Amino acid sequence: MALLTMLAAVTVGVVRMRNLFGVVVLVGAYSFLMASVLVVLDAPDVAMTEAAVGAGVSTVILLATLHLTKSMEYPHPRKAYLPLFVAAVTGAVLIWGTYSLPPFGTADAPIHQHVAPKYLSDSIKETMVPNVVTSVLADYRGFDTLGETTVVFTAGIGVLLLLKGRRRQRREGGGGPAE
Amino acid sequence: MKLDLILRVGTKVLLPLLLLFALYVQFHGELGPGGGFQAGVIMTGAVILYAIIFGLNAAKRIAPQRLVEAMVPLGVLIFAGTGLAAMLLGGNFLDYSVLAADPPHGRELGIILVEAGVLVTVSGTMTAIFYAFSERGR
Repeated sequence: MALLTMLAAVTVGVVRMRNLFGVVVLVGAYSFLMASVLVVLDAPDVAMTEAAVGAGVSTVILLATLHLTKSMEYPHPRKAYLPLFVAAVTGAVLIWGTYSLPPFGTADAPIHQHVAPKYLSDSIKETMVPNVVTSVLADYRGFDTLGETTVVFTAGIGVLLLLKGRRRQRREGGGGPAE
Repeated sequence: MKLDLILRVGTKVLLPLLLLFALYVQFHGELGPGGGFQAGVIMTGAVILYAIIFGLNAAKRIAPQRLVEAMVPLGVLIFAGTGLAAMLLGGNFLDYSVLAADPPHGRELGIILVEAGVLVTVSGTMTAIFYAFSERGR
């Protein structure tokens, strides 16, 4: 509960702050808090990813982006009431939707009834890998993980093309008149 | 780059531990939390720390840009190649049980290979993006 309160406080800080450097630092703090929440929820694999990616690499990349742009956000010219209304309604609908979910952490929720028992009972016998998360990720759901890796690959290629391609174009443009 | 002595020495102490921890997360991923994705990001973190403290050129000496950019597609190829190897040995795509003499060992081997592919792509992509960003800023 304390963690969730701190999450909410950090979120308000992110929204209110105009200095984008501070926003990046707060987003990093948000990721670390989120990682702590995930540890509390017994999901160390996800927590590790969140701490390393959310708080580590993306903070560095956001700071690198800030280095290329200005670090102050322009104040909004007018109050945005319609987006606030849309956000409030969406939030209310989502909270209303949680009431038809099974209570948090119950063993007979549908998600624990489908294939999870089979993974838990058979995965060590079938794959000799004690960490069920790893065997589900890499073996039972191998196609998904291949897709994920391809997504990382595609995203990386896209960013590299954007960042390096334009520089080459500029160099060609600069070399044009001399020829 | 003239920076604080404490930062430089501290980084030198931390760096092998970080890389070792990344390898631990990678190869211990079958036993405890972790795996290719997390290990790749930790490895990238080590390179980024080194680049911040000792400068981009020093980082490029330990992780050359060409190698990093070659790692981006290489990991996907390792992953898909594992799947194709399973196909060539008579199984389905990504069905690792044919990779070794008995199915559980084959699946264990397949998982290790696939995680290595994830590690290579993730660390390559993240480091390449970091290099690209920091070069633009010059």
